[in-house]
Amino acid sequence: MVKVVLWGSLKQAAGGKTELNLEAKNVRELLDRLVEQYPKLEGHLDQGVSVSIDGVLFRDAWFAPIKPDSEVYLLPRLAGG
Amino acid sequence: MPDQGQIATKRKFKLVGTRPVRPDGVDKVTGRARFGADMTAPGMLHALILRSPHAHARIKSIDTSRAERLPGVKAVVTRDDFALPERRDLVDICYNVMAREKALYDGHAVAAVAAVSKPVAREALRRIKVVYEILPHVTDVDEAMKPNAPILHKDMRTKGIDPKPSKASNVARQWEFGHGDVDRGFTEADIVVERTFKTAATHQGYIEPHACLASVGSDGQGDLWCCTQGHYMVRNACAGLLGMKVSQLRVTASEIGGGFGGKTTVFIEPVALALSRKAGRPVKLVMSRNEVFRATGPTASSSTDVKIGVKKNGQITAAKAVLRYQGGAFAGSPVQFGAMTAFACYDLKNVQTIGYDVVTNRPKQAAYRAPGAPLAAFAIESVIDELATKIRMDPLEFRLLNAAREGTKSSYGPTFGPIGLEATLEESKGHPHHLAPLGPNQGRGVACGFWFNFGGNTCVSLNIGEDGTVCLSVGNPDIGGSRASMCLMAAEELGVPYERVRTIIADTAALGYNEVTDGSRVTFAVGMATIKAAQAAKVKLCERAAKIWDISPEAVVWEDGHARPAGANAGTFKPMSLADIAAVAGSTGGPIAGHSEANADGAGVSFATHMVDVEVDPETGRVTVLRYTVFQDAGKAIHPSYVEGQFQGGAAQGVGWALNEEYIYGEDGRLQNAGFLDYRIPVASDLPFIDTVILEIPNPGHPYGVRGVGETSIVPPLAAIANAVSAAAGVRHTQLPMSPPRILKSIMEKRDGV
Amino acid sequence: MSQIPVTTTINGDATEFLCEADETLLDVLRDRLELSGTKEGCGTGDCGACSVMLDGRLVCSCLVLGAEAEGREVETIEGMAEGDTLHPLQKKFLEHAALQCGVCTPGFLIAAKALLETNLDPTETEVRYWLAGNLCRCTGYDKIVRAVLDTAAEMRSA
Ligand code: FES
Ligand code: FES
Repeated sequence: MVKVVLWGSLKQAAGGKTELNLEAKNVRELLDRLVEQYPKLEGHLDQGVSVSIDGVLFRDAWFAPIKPDSEVYLLPRLAGG
Repeated sequence: MPDQGQIATKRKFKLVGTRPVRPDGVDKVTGRARFGADMTAPGMLHALILRSPHAHARIKSIDTSRAERLPGVKAVVTRDDFALPERRDLVDICYNVMAREKALYDGHAVAAVAAVSKPVAREALRRIKVVYEILPHVTDVDEAMKPNAPILHKDMRTKGIDPKPSKASNVARQWEFGHGDVDRGFTEADIVVERTFKTAATHQGYIEPHACLASVGSDGQGDLWCCTQGHYMVRNACAGLLGMKVSQLRVTASEIGGGFGGKTTVFIEPVALALSRKAGRPVKLVMSRNEVFRATGPTASSSTDVKIGVKKNGQITAAKAVLRYQGGAFAGSPVQFGAMTAFACYDLKNVQTIGYDVVTNRPKQAAYRAPGAPLAAFAIESVIDELATKIRMDPLEFRLLNAAREGTKSSYGPTFGPIGLEATLEESKGHPHHLAPLGPNQGRGVACGFWFNFGGNTCVSLNIGEDGTVCLSVGNPDIGGSRASMCLMAAEELGVPYERVRTIIADTAALGYNEVTDGSRVTFAVGMATIKAAQAAKVKLCERAAKIWDISPEAVVWEDGHARPAGANAGTFKPMSLADIAAVAGSTGGPIAGHSEANADGAGVSFATHMVDVEVDPETGRVTVLRYTVFQDAGKAIHPSYVEGQFQGGAAQGVGWALNEEYIYGEDGRLQNAGFLDYRIPVASDLPFIDTVILEIPNPGHPYGVRGVGETSIVPPLAAIANAVSAAAGVRHTQLPMSPPRILKSIMEKRDGV
Repeated sequence: MSQIPVTTTINGDATEFLCEADETLLDVLRDRLELSGTKEGCGTGDCGACSVMLDGRLVCSCLVLGAEAEGREVETIEGMAEGDTLHPLQKKFLEHAALQCGVCTPGFLIAAKALLETNLDPTETEVRYWLAGNLCRCTGYDKIVRAVLDTAAEMRSA
């Protein structure tokens, strides 16, 4: 099981939880599982997210691997100047 | 060679870290370089845009018939020429490019003409009749959030709150970040400081106005030349807005005269393409400076509440911020980045940030260097400074005590890997600047700053010429010397002299998708792609040598620019240089090239500490910046001169933001200072030399340790200067800019004991 | 409107052109003579990107009419190098990395050259005030000022 932490404003969409445990070996699986379990998240997720896996940021990387003990954070999609 | 910066290097490179002349340098000092407005085409028309003079108005009708009848006018476009795009992310851009039901800000495009000359185009604009119904407007962020504020979009419901609100509002979205329990944290504090801060909207202020040359044929194929931070983004956005196929539109990036985030979207490019398509001729469209101010992205303006609690020993127990950013007429202010980065410099048990993305009747904001972060840092670092004074601790020591370090759970979530904040603080503590004496009315301020880095989609192609020279094609416009860095990395990896590599910016047909030059990503991501492409080419070079020597490719290694047999068992052959192998490439299997197409990840974060001395004139309120030093972690400086340049440029922009720059709106909602005379950016006589100290804490995610450096340098200056003013004059400013009248007023109030 | 014929000298070359009465010298250079090295940053005399020399005087070409060039000598960035030999300022700008995007560079070079023609030993403050009419948004001016001071030092010792 991977522990996934959501940013604060996703809490309501995820039934009041900011930490979820899921089975996922990469980013795509993770996002699919999340939407399966919490359909309300879909609206937030398809506006774009960044995923931090063990402190490394990914913007669009479905197959970035996630280890069972990885620390995974969902963050708003990042953009810069 | 100039050598102003101090650099602590750990790993040995041959070329990386040196300061050669940039490959595009001669073109740029002789006037040969072609920027956005420097291109022409046979039969070219000149285009101009008609803009709304009203901050908020319903557009009841647009009559273009008199303009169309004017001899020399070849095309006129309005909202009727732009269908709403299918791509959801382009809908707001479509509305921004050409107003539809309503004009949402002073400067909003309403119509455009293409004519045989500029004077004819000007006359045509005068002949377009637009009937407006003026609506109430709002330009201030706090006003826009009030329940009775004029509503910009009747279908806007605040996202991010549950249940979904039933009433329309100007708050597009709410964001929340943090961990722990701030309420409990505040009860553990001995001292709590709580303040509200306001910052003005500022413009990126690139010296080159937006410009493009569009040409669309009746076969639907188009070419576009423009100044942009990302021509692939321009291609995809324009194709989406005009219903073209991406492969039908080729975009070539001109040299770009500054962007700082402001050229990461489209404004005039779709309009020029639409005009060209209608007229059947090439169309050149160049913005005036007035248009740049009124209708391209400034940054957000903000209002922020900060509350931080500390124990007497200096430990922060809780930190909270509520940030309200207006991002102009459409959703998308960078408040989430403000909320994420606000407390990123600190190791906090209890932290919470809440952000509100607010719309107002101003131009749609565009990214500006570390978007959202300087506004937040101004508020947080000011309170940190005040707390340090209250508990009688040196502000650097106070920051060191609470600094984020490797293993810290960041305020936005993830745990930090190796980071350089402590190093910048330690370095600044021992620096001569910190120890220098100060005179009367002078004060010293420090502040820290943080920004992310991104990688993203990147594609480069490295071709080895028959004569042993190398041509590298990249897809990111060179905004501040990146070609030099790419040449250095390619040459380093291949083991050839710097001069043998030429880097060019390829058009959108030549390479796969490259993300915009943003997020400080180029040296990191394109650098990584360049290194990988060079490595791929080396594999092929070794294979060719193996063929020639008739040994196994595994028995060949690449060293110092030569293929060599790997050890005695591989046989004894005279090493072959890149040029030797390239010369016979045609006979050994064809041209040799290396490619890299990837979504680069592994970007590291970047921290800086800035130190500034100012003198405040008690008679006029004028602030003079006397001395400025930037301490920043670059991971690895590929071309130190351009790293220093990024540090200095960001600091200078921060000085302008802190002291002078501001979008000023009148009661009528019109921008009152849409020119460089009244919107005053720092000039040479406003600034001292800006000293730089480059720290190199390698980013484990990059083969050479590179971190992006372009953006972090604008994060600390606003607060550093406010803290210096406070030290010099004993007055704390919570509103930017700290212009002379404001400072003078506060000094007089203090004198009078108000 | 009938156009005005103008006879002038640009970078040493005798040049003739036609222009509208209200057309600026900047527009003439860029649009009619294809000398696009001179840049437009504002069109209102506030940025210095359009700096040229007119009869040896530093001017903003966006504030000069094309017709005013009649019988006078114009020097632009295109005439600064002699053949393939760069002017010392051009060399020093490159060496010091005094440009990032480079759009302000032609204006700075013309303005700095005008300074060194009148004062070959300027102080840092003199350089900063002389160049205060030229805006650069990229560099923070640090490397520009250093490049100018270094050029002056080199030209003095030459
Ligand atoms: S274009 Fe002439 S001063 Fe700006
Ligand atoms: S180098 Fe970009 S404006 Fe000066």
